[in-house]
Amino acid sequence: MAKPASNTKKRAHALFNWFDQRLPISDFWEAHLAGYYAPKNFNFWYFFGSLAMLILVLQIVTGIFLTMHYKPSADEAFASVEYIMRDVDWGWLIRYLHTTGASAFFVVIYLHMFRGLLYGSYRKPRELVWIFGMIIYVLLMAEAFMGYVLPWGQMSYWGAQVIISLFGAIPKFGGVITEWIRGDYFISDATLNRFFALHVIAVPIMLLLLVVLHLSALHQVGSNNPDGIEIKDYKGADGKPIDGIPFHPYYTVKDIFGVGVFLFIFAFIIFFAPELGGLFLEHDNFVPADPLVTPIHIKPVWYFTPYYAILRAIPDKLGGVIMMFAAIVMLFLLPWLDRSRVKSIRYKGWISKFLLALFAVTFIRLGMLGMAEGTPAETFEARIWTFIYFAFFGLLWFFSKYEKTKPVPERVTK
Amino acid sequence: MIISRIVKGLIVSALLFSATAMAAGGGDIKVVNINLKDKAALQRGASIFVNNCLGCHAAAYMRYNRLAEDLDLTESQVRDNLIFGDAKIGEVMSTTMSSAEAAEWFGAPAPDLSVVGRSRGSNWLYAYLTSFYQDEFGNWNNTVFPDVSMPHVLWNLQGIQTAVFDEVVADNGSKHKVFKNFELNTPGSQSAAEYDRSVRDLVAYLSYMGEPAKLKREAIGIWVLLFLALFTFVAYLLKVEYWRDVH
Repeated sequence: MAKPASNTKKRAHALFNWFDQRLPISDFWEAHLAGYYAPKNFNFWYFFGSLAMLILVLQIVTGIFLTMHYKPSADEAFASVEYIMRDVDWGWLIRYLHTTGASAFFVVIYLHMFRGLLYGSYRKPRELVWIFGMIIYVLLMAEAFMGYVLPWGQMSYWGAQVIISLFGAIPKFGGVITEWIRGDYFISDATLNRFFALHVIAVPIMLLLLVVLHLSALHQVGSNNPDGIEIKDYKGADGKPIDGIPFHPYYTVKDIFGVGVFLFIFAFIIFFAPELGGLFLEHDNFVPADPLVTPIHIKPVWYFTPYYAILRAIPDKLGGVIMMFAAIVMLFLLPWLDRSRVKSIRYKGWISKFLLALFAVTFIRLGMLGMAEGTPAETFEARIWTFIYFAFFGLLWFFSKYEKTKPVPERVTK
Repeated sequence: MIISRIVKGLIVSALLFSATAMAAGGGDIKVVNINLKDKAALQRGASIFVNNCLGCHAAAYMRYNRLAEDLDLTESQVRDNLIFGDAKIGEVMSTTMSSAEAAEWFGAPAPDLSVVGRSRGSNWLYAYLTSFYQDEFGNWNNTVFPDVSMPHVLWNLQGIQTAVFDEVVADNGSKHKVFKNFELNTPGSQSAAEYDRSVRDLVAYLSYMGEPAKLKREAIGIWVLLFLALFTFVAYLLKVEYWRDVH
């Protein structure tokens, strides 16, 4: 009885070999999964990379199904979204997966980036990993912004109006550039159509390419870890890092557990609080876009609000736009601003720890102020936090060089 | 475990934050509890809606047969009691008044009410529908939506109330009026308690109509969460098993 079974096995093996000789299947598996050694001391903060990949796939799949029913036209967009919510079988679930997925993407990406700040994951030799990651973040913001316009509610319309008019602050060419972006003299059908094209094709393709580059660069230099030391420095007789473990199966099974926890929270929001009190789906966006009625309080979705607060804090329009973009540019420069002898926050001094905690508080507080109405008191407070936001990068540059650090262990700790 | 503590903290802070953000919205808007599982209330609300609102406001995304399906009614019950024009059961709830006519008669087109339950929220709708009053010139006004173009359509149920204002002198000497309370002058066909229930029923219906899937999603959600809890538990055991040889 055993013979036919082994025969089938042999045949399957032969078939696999046929492909493997023509396509580097096992090489890829070996290089990126079973033979990719990752440090064994990854902690909680290391779940968010794989979760970001999961959400990317989720957004693409749900996006495909939404595209089948959505109509990118100023006359029909709002109605087609309500059609998806009511008349398409499981349409409400697909849409909530997509809208909640957008916010979840930013939650996960912000935590993923904070991990980089905690353990110095952007430091040499991982500068390119960080740069590619930052480009992904910027693309993601563009993708989210254009996606938010598509339901054609009041916030879609007026949010786009505010953000696109920012380019009008550019001297001399501002007017031409805003017209070029909108394809019209105001936000209109033409704008909606091109945003749809960019949202479903152009930006997703760039995102996928950047994810490949991000992971290729990471696997070229190897993963950092909470101790901020190189596991490649200590190799066993077999040439493998002693403190490393193969990504598959160890981190694949661990990440599946992380996926389970994530999906539980994600599903809770989708099924019980898809609007999350107006944070994930804003109340005003259930009113169809009306170019003649300006909402009293225009605000972007929560993930943009820290930058929106910086924009509003600066009294000059062009100055505000410059500072808002500068806030993102500063993050790009982190690999060269941090000059500490050690990578991980574990072995840095108390000044670094204090600065990083302050930076996290600053980002959250700016986010809250960006959601607020912008009273004079709030604007004043936003100015203070904006100052602290930028001061962080200067202080990091200065103190990281001269601060006394703790001795770094040679091997990873538990 | 640190993960669950962080997760719990995130959820609690998000909910607290959204609660304060919503509370900051309006003046004297109370929290009304509506129960979408109470099908009888939704049916009464639907009846109030088609009898009083649908004359001017459409619900262009809501189909009559969906109403039948979700509110435990037969299609002939809907046809006999809730459809007044020649609409077919599969059609959406449209109105006979055009927006041009509305603009001429009331100064503004009557907005579509399909998703008003989501854009305004139940609390606001309840406050709005109980805050109509007749001013000293005999015109309708509303304390929640001052100078609204809509007259008080439910006046024959509630009766006619007037608003009492206190005159307050500000620090700089300027006087302005602050709303104190309502006085019911002409009783309507319903008592105060009956009218309160009618408005709650109507608000429940508007809330349901804003998102008909809500009836379903919470019921499904329980099972999804139970499955995911089981999945995560098994995944955790698998992880522990694999990682036995690492530490």
